[in-house]
Amino acid sequence: MALLEVKNITISFGGLKAVNSFSVSIEKGQLYGLIGPNGAGKTTVFNLLTGVYKPDSGAVELDGQNITGKSTIEINHAGIARTFQNIRLFKELSVLDNVKVGLHNEYKYSTLSGILRLPSYWKTEKQMNERAMELLKVFDLDGEASTLAANLPYGKQRKLEIARALATDPKLLLLDEPAAGMNPNETAELMETIRFVRDNFDMTILLIEHDMKLVSGICEKLTVLNFGATLACGETAQVLNDPEVIKAYLGE
Amino acid sequence: MKKTSKAKNLLKGDFLTYLLVIVVYAVFQFMIANGSLGSLYEGLLVPVCIYVIMALALNLVVGIVGELSLGHAGFMCVGAFSGAIFSKITADMITTDLLRFVLAILVGAVTAAVFGFLIGIPVLRLNGDYLAIVTLAFGEIIKNVMNVIYLGVDEKGLHFSMKDELALNLAEGGKTIVKGPQGIIGTPHNSTFTIGVVLILITLVIVLNLIHSRSGRAIMAIRDNRIAAESIGINITKYKMMAFVISAALAGVAGVLYSHNISSLQAQPQNFGYNMSIMILVYVVLGGIGNMRGSIIAAAILTVLPEMLREFQDYRMLMYAIVLILMMLFNWAPACRRFRERYSLKRIFAKKNTKEAQ
Amino acid sequence: MSFINYLISGISLGSIYAIIALGYTMVYGIAKMLNFAHGDVIMVGAFTVYTVSRTMGMNPIIGVLLSVVVCTVLGMLIERVAYKPLRGASSPLAVLITAIGVSYLLQNLALLIFGSTPVSFTSVIPWKGISLAGGKLNISGVTIVTIVACIIIMAGLTSFIRHSKAGQAMLAVSEDKGAAQLMGINVNGTIALTFAIGSALAALAGVLLCSAYPSLTPYTGAMPGIKAFVAAVFGGIGSVPGAMIGGILLGIIENLSKAYISQQLSDAIVFAVLIVVLLIKPTGIMGKNIQEKV
Repeated sequence: MALLEVKNITISFGGLKAVNSFSVSIEKGQLYGLIGPNGAGKTTVFNLLTGVYKPDSGAVELDGQNITGKSTIEINHAGIARTFQNIRLFKELSVLDNVKVGLHNEYKYSTLSGILRLPSYWKTEKQMNERAMELLKVFDLDGEASTLAANLPYGKQRKLEIARALATDPKLLLLDEPAAGMNPNETAELMETIRFVRDNFDMTILLIEHDMKLVSGICEKLTVLNFGATLACGETAQVLNDPEVIKAYLGE
Repeated sequence: MKKTSKAKNLLKGDFLTYLLVIVVYAVFQFMIANGSLGSLYEGLLVPVCIYVIMALALNLVVGIVGELSLGHAGFMCVGAFSGAIFSKITADMITTDLLRFVLAILVGAVTAAVFGFLIGIPVLRLNGDYLAIVTLAFGEIIKNVMNVIYLGVDEKGLHFSMKDELALNLAEGGKTIVKGPQGIIGTPHNSTFTIGVVLILITLVIVLNLIHSRSGRAIMAIRDNRIAAESIGINITKYKMMAFVISAALAGVAGVLYSHNISSLQAQPQNFGYNMSIMILVYVVLGGIGNMRGSIIAAAILTVLPEMLREFQDYRMLMYAIVLILMMLFNWAPACRRFRERYSLKRIFAKKNTKEAQ
Repeated sequence: MSFINYLISGISLGSIYAIIALGYTMVYGIAKMLNFAHGDVIMVGAFTVYTVSRTMGMNPIIGVLLSVVVCTVLGMLIERVAYKPLRGASSPLAVLITAIGVSYLLQNLALLIFGSTPVSFTSVIPWKGISLAGGKLNISGVTIVTIVACIIIMAGLTSFIRHSKAGQAMLAVSEDKGAAQLMGINVNGTIALTFAIGSALAALAGVLLCSAYPSLTPYTGAMPGIKAFVAAVFGGIGSVPGAMIGGILLGIIENLSKAYISQQLSDAIVFAVLIVVLLIKPTGIMGKNIQEKV
């Protein structure tokens, strides 16, 4: 059975169908791409999957569990983590603390033991630091653990967002334009990192991207959205050669 | 490597704050002992402690939660009255002053925390300007309601009225504790400088350790980006409420200290109105938003300074206002920030170093 | 009959709140900030009239005109010096705290100049008013003038926003600052104009307020200012008719609770209204919903 099973989700804003009967089925371990022209409704799909918006109709199932209409927090607990198109880091916290906030629900001690610095505080904080550093190392950010997130260069901020999302130990990772604003070298490096994350963390990844090199390089399957509706769906190479898709991207 | 040095720095920073409080305490104790501190300044020691605790409590909301509360004087009011009522009722039952006072502080803290929780339910659904104005509203409501409360005690128990003293229907030998606008008279003078400093230290432990804990990080994450915090599964309401309630409880403690330092307690605009909340805000902004050590220093200096500069008394508030505006412009105006970044010493040194390295 | 009396004086008080609330609601709609000092501009307006008519012995009407000028300039000055530099600051608290500072500054300046003892303000409206129902129902001149002034201001402002170019620019800026800029609208100028209009109205409100309640201190403006903000929220922040409805309802609620519930608790009741409104319908009576974009 597929890890993520989306059936005909629809949402409209003031009469405009932003996403119209969107369906997708993603197998465990798959690297899946969601592409389409600007304004096609890609980020809205992410917002529907993560509970920022509630779908007007349709259903979302994660690992057999129905998560339709659940809140963002509940959906994260169920196992979906995401990054944002416009980076949303905790700017006044250090890089390390950004990841440690992501570990919030994985490593617990009570507020009281935190204030009184009981043994559970010291033990859990140590584990959190170790785990956070491990994650930062994957993204080559361990050298900047104590830097404020706001002071990181752009490319590294995108990576830190992925590290933070991974810290919540998700089953499914949603990446919203991870390569936006990166140069070709950085993008190539990012492709390696995404593959590494998939292989080593046993992760399933759904990503939105405009960079066709990245999409054709790492995505196994694609769905193309246009005006909120699914235009095409299937193996990457096949979809990218579909005349309808080319028309949607390049115009007639 | 960098990580451990950062942790050390943080601890060093916190340690320095505790040390500062203890050293200043020791110096003043010494001065009291050899009589070199005048009675005027001796009388200011407890108020300094009160305002330091208030500033720390408010800074927890402004600096760490990232919201502006203009109702903290209201929580102080709740703490002051509930603590004083407790002390008056139990005056004959608990004869050890210290024990009774410690219990009164707990009563004040818990009552203020309960108010913080109840007020937090509607307030924390809002943010920014709305949150500020609604906390202000609550503060004013608390102050107004305190002025119509009558409370008395006789052998049958507590009597409560919102009309007048007669409506209490006290039996022979009963006594009125809270007399509406006249408030509470004759609360025992239990507040001392030493107790005040101990309370400051406890406040510091709570606030600083909270900031460096899992819950504190969650609170600051919400401050920096609510939507991102939600996306990684952090319960927004729970953590905002936690900080708000802790802050209210600390303000309540300051209130108990206040009511046990004066002989007649009334809820008036000067002590529990929103002007007081703004005064505390001045301390927080001057000391640096989110900077606990700064709050302590600013609150202490601004409480003592007016007494030293009596001749400038009339200009004092005016200067506070000007300093408040200038501090905000200097610290937050984008143009000032760019200017400071360009000419900051740290950056100039950093540039030099990289040049040398090349 | 006394109920109708309370009701009418409530509407009159509410009309003053409505005029003040207009300043809040316009500034909030366009600059997206709570101008905490707005209430204190009222006080400055009232003191200007007082100085001109009592101390300098001139005709109170000149005082009123002068006070409008003074407040307009003051409002624009405050915006330019204290608020404009903070546009685009990373924390929304920055401009709010600065506004509190400005409010504090105006109060304490007035305190230095005029002292804290209340001065008695002579009504600028000498008309005694009318007496109805055989003397049972007395409506003072101030009450009538206030209500009429409120209606005129409301109608004038609505048509200004609908039909003038500057009014349309205001609507555009309140909708989307960036897009308005791209369309060639002078955003800074529009914001300054908004402050100017709001402050001019505050001057009028100050005169009317002190004509009805003739005791004037440096703190006179603070409480009505905050209550007018409550009125603006009540009516739906950003909405001109909302400010009118909210103001008048709030004035009625305040006066009736003073008369029938408790003199001391009337302020508490007014604030309770704010809390209830924000709980049940945070956008107010006429407001619209805005959601943060993800």
